[in-house]
Amino acid sequence: MTLVLEQLLNGVQLGVTLFLLAAGLTLIFGIMGVINLAHGSLYMVGAYGAALVATKTGSFLLAAFGGLAAAAITGMMIEFLVIRRLYARDHLDQVLATFGLILFFNQAIVLLFGRQPIFIGIPPLLSGAVQVLPGVFYPVYRLAIIVVGIAVACALYLMIGHTRLGMLVRAGATHREMVRALGVDIRVLYTTVFGLGALLAGLAGLMAGPILAVQVGMGEQILIVTFVVVVIGGVGSVRGAFFGALIVGVSDTLMRAFLPGLLRGVMTGSEADALGAGLSSMGIYLLMAIVLLVRPKGLFPAHG
Amino acid sequence: MAERTMAERTMAEPTVVDQNIAEAVASAKIGIGGRDAVQLGLVLIALAFLVSLPFIARALDASTLVTLATRIMIFAIAAASLNLALGIGGMVSFGHAAFFGIGGYVVGILYRHFVSGEALFGFISGTNQLVITAAAAILVSGLAAALFGALSLRTSGVQFIMITLAFAQMLFFLFVSLTAYGGDDGLIVRRRNVLPGLDTRDDATFYFICLAVAVIFFALLHRIMRSRFGVVLGGIRQNERRMASIGIPTYSYKLVAFVISGMGCGLAGALMANFARFVSPDMLHWMQSGELMIMVILGGAGTLFGPALGAALWIILETSLAAWTEHWQFVLGPVIILIILFFRGGLHGILTTIRGNAHG
Repeated sequence: MTLVLEQLLNGVQLGVTLFLLAAGLTLIFGIMGVINLAHGSLYMVGAYGAALVATKTGSFLLAAFGGLAAAAITGMMIEFLVIRRLYARDHLDQVLATFGLILFFNQAIVLLFGRQPIFIGIPPLLSGAVQVLPGVFYPVYRLAIIVVGIAVACALYLMIGHTRLGMLVRAGATHREMVRALGVDIRVLYTTVFGLGALLAGLAGLMAGPILAVQVGMGEQILIVTFVVVVIGGVGSVRGAFFGALIVGVSDTLMRAFLPGLLRGVMTGSEADALGAGLSSMGIYLLMAIVLLVRPKGLFPAHG
Repeated sequence: MAERTMAERTMAEPTVVDQNIAEAVASAKIGIGGRDAVQLGLVLIALAFLVSLPFIARALDASTLVTLATRIMIFAIAAASLNLALGIGGMVSFGHAAFFGIGGYVVGILYRHFVSGEALFGFISGTNQLVITAAAAILVSGLAAALFGALSLRTSGVQFIMITLAFAQMLFFLFVSLTAYGGDDGLIVRRRNVLPGLDTRDDATFYFICLAVAVIFFALLHRIMRSRFGVVLGGIRQNERRMASIGIPTYSYKLVAFVISGMGCGLAGALMANFARFVSPDMLHWMQSGELMIMVILGGAGTLFGPALGAALWIILETSLAAWTEHWQFVLGPVIILIILFFRGGLHGILTTIRGNAHG
C-alpha cells in the first residue's frame, strides 16, 4: 500500500513535469499552428542553464532563475530567427526545420558541456523526506515539484481565462484571422506565447535536473512522451494537456513499477524484468492507440 | 443528409468517376510525355554510370566508393518508399524508420534462428536465403504498416505526425527490451544472406544486387505513380474532401499507399541489415525517421528520382562532414534549416528550374 501511494505520487510528479512541456507545446500549436520539435531542446537548455549556475554559485534560487532565463531567451531567439518564418509553411517544413534545430542544440551542448551527464544536488532546503500519511514518507523535493506544477496549472488557468493576454490567446487559437483583423500586433503575441512556452519547458527541465541526470538527448526522450500527452489530451487544449499529462505520468510510472513484478509470477526474473521494462515503455503508446480508436481528436478536443 | 445522397448518387454512377480519373490519368501521361524522352535518356546515363561504378572504383583503387554507393542505393529505396506516402499521398509520416528497422530485424532474427537451429515461435525455422528473408521483411513490415496506418490515418495533420512518431518509438522500445535478440546492443549477422550462384560476401556483387533491386523498385514506383491509383493519391493530397465527394474511398487509398510505402522501407531495411551485417534499435530511432524525411525533401518530394538524389546528397554530406569534424551535426542542423527556409522544391526543383531556363 505504501509502495502504491509512493509510486502514485511519483506518477503525479512525472505528470506535472509533462504538463509543463505539453502546455507550451499545445499553446504554440494551438495559436501559431506550429509543431515545434525543438521544445525538448528548450527543456534541455533550462536544465543545463540551471546546472551551470548551480555549479558556479551554489545557489538553487539563482540556478532556477538562470535556467528560466536561458530557456526563455533561447526560445524567443529561435522564434525570432527561425520559427517566425515557418508560420505560413506546412507541418512538414516545420518538422524538418525544428529537427535541424535539435541537431544544432544537441551538438552545441556537447561542445559546451561535453557528453558526460551532469548531476546536480537537491537544494538543502528541499532535501529529506516528509510524512505525507502516517507511515508513508515522501521526498520533499518531489512534493515541491508537484506543488509548483499544480500552481503553474492554476496560474495558466487564471491567465487564459481571466486576463487580456489570455483572451488574446483564446481568440488567437480559434479565430486567428479575426484577431489580426482587429489590429492586435500578432507578432508580439506570437513571440510572447513562444517565450511563455519556452519558460514552462525550461521550468520543467530545471526541476527535473536534480532527479534525472542532466545530459544531451534528455529533451527528445521527454518530447516524444509529451507528444503522446498532447495527442491523448487533444491538440491545442491546455485542459487536455493537464489531464493527459496526469494520465500518462501515472500510468507510465505504475506500469514501470509493477509490471515486472507481475510478470515475474509467470517467468524467470531477468526475462520478466526486461519484458516488463519493454512493455511498460510501450504502455503509454498503446494507451494512445486506444484513445485514438475511441476518440480520434483526443479526450478534450480544443475546437468543438 | 445532402452529403449522403451525393455519395449515394456517385456510388450509383461509378462510371462517371472512373471516366474522370481515366481522363486525369491520360492528361497526366500527355503532360509528362514531352519530357519522357529526356528523362529516359538521363536515367539510362545514370544507370550506365552506376553499373560501371565498381569497375571505376577498382581502377581508382577506392573500394570505399562501392560501399558508399551501396548505402546510398539502400537509402534511396527507403526514401523513395517514404515519398510515396509523404510526397505523393501527403501523409507526413515521422515513423518510417520503424518499417526500415522491422525489415532489418526480420533478417537478423531469421539469421539467428538459422544459426541456432531453433524455430521461431516453435514453427518458423530460420533461414539465410536472401530471397526468403527479403520477402519476409516486406511481408512483416507491410503488416506493421497496415496496423499502424489503419490507426494513424484516423487522424490527420499534426496528430498524424505525432502518432506515427509515437508508434515508431513504441517499436524502438520493444526491440530495446528484446534481450533475446540483443536488446540495446543489437544483433550481429555474421555472414550476409546467400543468393544461389552469387557470392554476396563480395562488396561489388552485393552492390550489383542492391542496384538490381533498386532498378526493379523504381520501375515499379514509376508504374504506381502513373497509374490510376497514383493519380487518385495525388488528388487526395491536393484536396481530400473533393476526392471523397466524387466517391473515392480516400481512407483505403491512403492506407494502401501507406502499406506499400512501409513495405518498401522494409525491403531497404533487409538490404541494410545484410550490408552492414548488423541490426540494432538505432535503425528504428526517430532520428532515422527524420533523416529519411530530410532525404525526401532535400531531393524533392513527390518526384520519382528526387528522393534518390536527396539520399545521395544527404549521405555524401553526412560522410564528408563526419570525416571533417566529430561535431558535424552542429553544421548540419543549420544547413537543414537554411535548406527548408530558402530552397523549396529540393534538389529536383533546382535542377528542373535550371533545365527549364536552359530550354526557354
